[in-house]
Amino acid sequence: MNQAAELTVGRHYDPIGARLGMWLFLFTELLLFGGMFLLYAIYLHRYPQEFHYGSSQLNQFVGAMNTIILLTSSLSMVLAVASLQRHKRNLAILFLTVTFFLGAAFLVNKYFEWGHKISHGIYPGSPELMQQPKGEILFYGLYYTMTGLHGLHVVVGMVIMLFLIYFLIKKSDKVLNLTPHHLQNLIGKKLLLSDEKGQTIWKSERIVREMQGLEVVVKGVVSEEQMRFNEVKLENSGLYWHLVDIIWIFLFPLFYLISM
Amino acid sequence: MPNGAAQGLAADHSFFEEKSHPGILGWILSTDHKRIGIMYLFSMTTFFLVAVFIGFLMRLEMLTRGETIMGAQTYNALFTLHGVLMIFLFIIPGIPAAFGNFMLPLQIGAKDVAFPRLNLMSYWLYLIGALIALSSLFTGPGPADTGWTFYAPYSLRTGTNVTLAVMAAFVLGFSSILTGLNFLTTMHRLRAPGMTFFKMPLFCWSLYATGWIQILATPILGITLALVALERLVGIGVFDPVKGGDPVLYQHLFWIYSHPAVYIMVLPAMGILSDIIPTFSGRTIFGYKAIAFSSMAIAFVGYLVWGHHMFTSGISDTSRMAFSFLTFLVAIPSAIKVFNWLATLYKGSIDMQPPFLYGISFIILFSIGGLTGLVLGSLATDIHLHDTYFVVAHFHYVMFGGTGFVFFAALHYWGPKMFGRMYNKRTAYIAWVFLFIGFNILYFNMFILGYKGMPRRYYDYLPEFHTLHVIATVGSWILITGILIMFINLYRGFRKGEKAPMNPWHGTTLEWTVPSPPPLENFDKIPVVKHEPYYHGKNTEAKK
Amino acid sequence: MAHPKEVRQEHQLISYGTYIMVWLALLMLTGLTVTAAGLNLKSFAIIAVIFIAGFKSVLVLNYFMHLKYESALFRNMVFMAVFTLVIIIGLTFTDISFR
Repeated sequence: MNQAAELTVGRHYDPIGARLGMWLFLFTELLLFGGMFLLYAIYLHRYPQEFHYGSSQLNQFVGAMNTIILLTSSLSMVLAVASLQRHKRNLAILFLTVTFFLGAAFLVNKYFEWGHKISHGIYPGSPELMQQPKGEILFYGLYYTMTGLHGLHVVVGMVIMLFLIYFLIKKSDKVLNLTPHHLQNLIGKKLLLSDEKGQTIWKSERIVREMQGLEVVVKGVVSEEQMRFNEVKLENSGLYWHLVDIIWIFLFPLFYLISM
Repeated sequence: MPNGAAQGLAADHSFFEEKSHPGILGWILSTDHKRIGIMYLFSMTTFFLVAVFIGFLMRLEMLTRGETIMGAQTYNALFTLHGVLMIFLFIIPGIPAAFGNFMLPLQIGAKDVAFPRLNLMSYWLYLIGALIALSSLFTGPGPADTGWTFYAPYSLRTGTNVTLAVMAAFVLGFSSILTGLNFLTTMHRLRAPGMTFFKMPLFCWSLYATGWIQILATPILGITLALVALERLVGIGVFDPVKGGDPVLYQHLFWIYSHPAVYIMVLPAMGILSDIIPTFSGRTIFGYKAIAFSSMAIAFVGYLVWGHHMFTSGISDTSRMAFSFLTFLVAIPSAIKVFNWLATLYKGSIDMQPPFLYGISFIILFSIGGLTGLVLGSLATDIHLHDTYFVVAHFHYVMFGGTGFVFFAALHYWGPKMFGRMYNKRTAYIAWVFLFIGFNILYFNMFILGYKGMPRRYYDYLPEFHTLHVIATVGSWILITGILIMFINLYRGFRKGEKAPMNPWHGTTLEWTVPSPPPLENFDKIPVVKHEPYYHGKNTEAKK
Repeated sequence: MAHPKEVRQEHQLISYGTYIMVWLALLMLTGLTVTAAGLNLKSFAIIAVIFIAGFKSVLVLNYFMHLKYESALFRNMVFMAVFTLVIIIGLTFTDISFR
């Protein structure tokens, strides 16, 4: 039998499992917002007049703009994923950056929207609002809570994107790290590092009992393993971002488009 | 019959001996599912014992009318804390976090769960939630006095530390969600070759059903509690009648989670029982698929019954009838399980070991609890019994008599596997006697108290209830004696008892094919599964 | 544990063009929603906008989130989650609507 052992020790790679976990997490987000949508439905049913009135007080144009911004950011996000799948790392980074800035634009709009309302004394607990009919108090209570919670998720998404851009840019040097535990099974053998064509780039000394650990470092490349893990990270982050988009797809008409 | 790995694998190669970091860091930084399971076990046992002590104090207070050892405000804070500790820190994480974590990968032939680092984060979140809850006790205006249910509008108005308490529950909910997410992915992706879904042990099936509840129900609690906190902080108005909000909506949202939550509490216990019974009957389970599907059915129908907690809250007649009907439906799959267990026992070769004794108690006590649930589920009787001691008795029968006793059974069943040592069996039996007798004196009494009209969460009571309260308190002392005997026995056994063999109970599931305690990576080679999980050999197949 | 068949599915590449088409459809539907809201549909307005929002979500789910290209397991799970939410809302309304 061959004296050399393949450098196959790595982290457990299961993209389908990772994706499954992400979808399960998305279900929790669906139910989290779902609870709020339930409350919205109930109070719309109870106070239809005030809800229609409240809706007419929101700026449809800004709302529609924000919808288009988020939809476009979903596009750029999925294009980032598609680029990385085709191993076009730089294009992926570009699309990610576009997504990030679209998210920022969304938040800026939100800031102005909220600011406008707050400057008119309309915010939870404000004396101005407390004088309005109950249905209106609730409309704005739900408006701030739901768009606030959604905005929080946008911020989190943007932070995630920053991390992703970092991961994509970073050229990882380390290719392999063997602990004493792994080395135990390789005693008496030598390690080979081969390239994709199967040609040996480097061969180690024979592994002996005294060795504490082994680290193989190849400078300046993004390892195959790193690429695969980045793809998984990016794809799953994309799923999260799309859910944030879907939630807004429902928030927009329910708050901005029900005036009569 | 599993003949498993060679006995030669010595105890000093167990996972206890292989640390990733020195000292305590080897525990709190470990992503090994076995260490995480044990950490959960120790933490939750601690909280359980504290909550038992609080219960002890509560019963002392109820020994006489009026003030006995504490004032009314303290009593309110104590029953709140008792509930929060028992529910959020003990029984909901409970079996999944302690035994699920340890046993699930072993039972499906895997080396760990799908997301080991997420698993560790679950545990840290659990600790953080506990710390926040603790801080709510000793800071500012003092511990919450709303009951563990935090009903609006009182929870919106009271000056006590409600915001901190609900934040703790929120964080703990996150811990629960991540555990469920992990287990679901693990079962979909990491089953050993040959182990189809229908060859998994029924404990795994119960964890699967539970995982779905954790994922789909817990977020609703999250948003509800967040809204309570927001209401207290900025005053949105959704539950506040002054602003047009409806406090009953709080109840809806709260119970939309909290009813399915009771199935998070009980399904894993039923799963363990489905493992224990075949082992100690020497034959395979009767109706494997029926039990598996019943678990999923309980999980699903469990989402549809929450209104039965609100029959007297002013909800519509239509909904009350709907919820009552659905509540009767959910009893059916549970009954199916009981019938299947009994059928397994019938003509089996029964080995009355401690795990079996504690496990069988479930069938008796849970049945009583379950049947009284039907009494509460019918509208007419509930009007009389709602918010009385009848309800308190009911849920203690199902949660304590049910899940609690199976938790104890699991300690006796899997403890030797986890710690590699055996406890004193005679002491275990003695503890059981105290537990069983004390439990029934304490809680059966409460059915009568409730039927006679004694309200729950009341600090004081009318003279006609006095005798029954005294009996209940004495029952609590017997019960607590049993608890102490049991835990001391287990503690001493697992620390210094005789070394436990690989398969002390002749179990047939995969965890019994690895040494006690298991090595770090569980299996030398991932097993290939050929048989159904409770295969005891050809001649012990279920009689037709 | 990815075996060859799964790996091939993993790399099924969808063209950039498909994504752009979906995006255009989403934009059009947004325009449609705003228009529909402007018409005097009274109580049908809510139903119409929710329906369109639902359709947009289905597009995002199927194409951007690749649900169309995943195994049936994922589609079933999404259905279960959505169904659970719908039931919860429905059952609550047996109270709200009939008080």
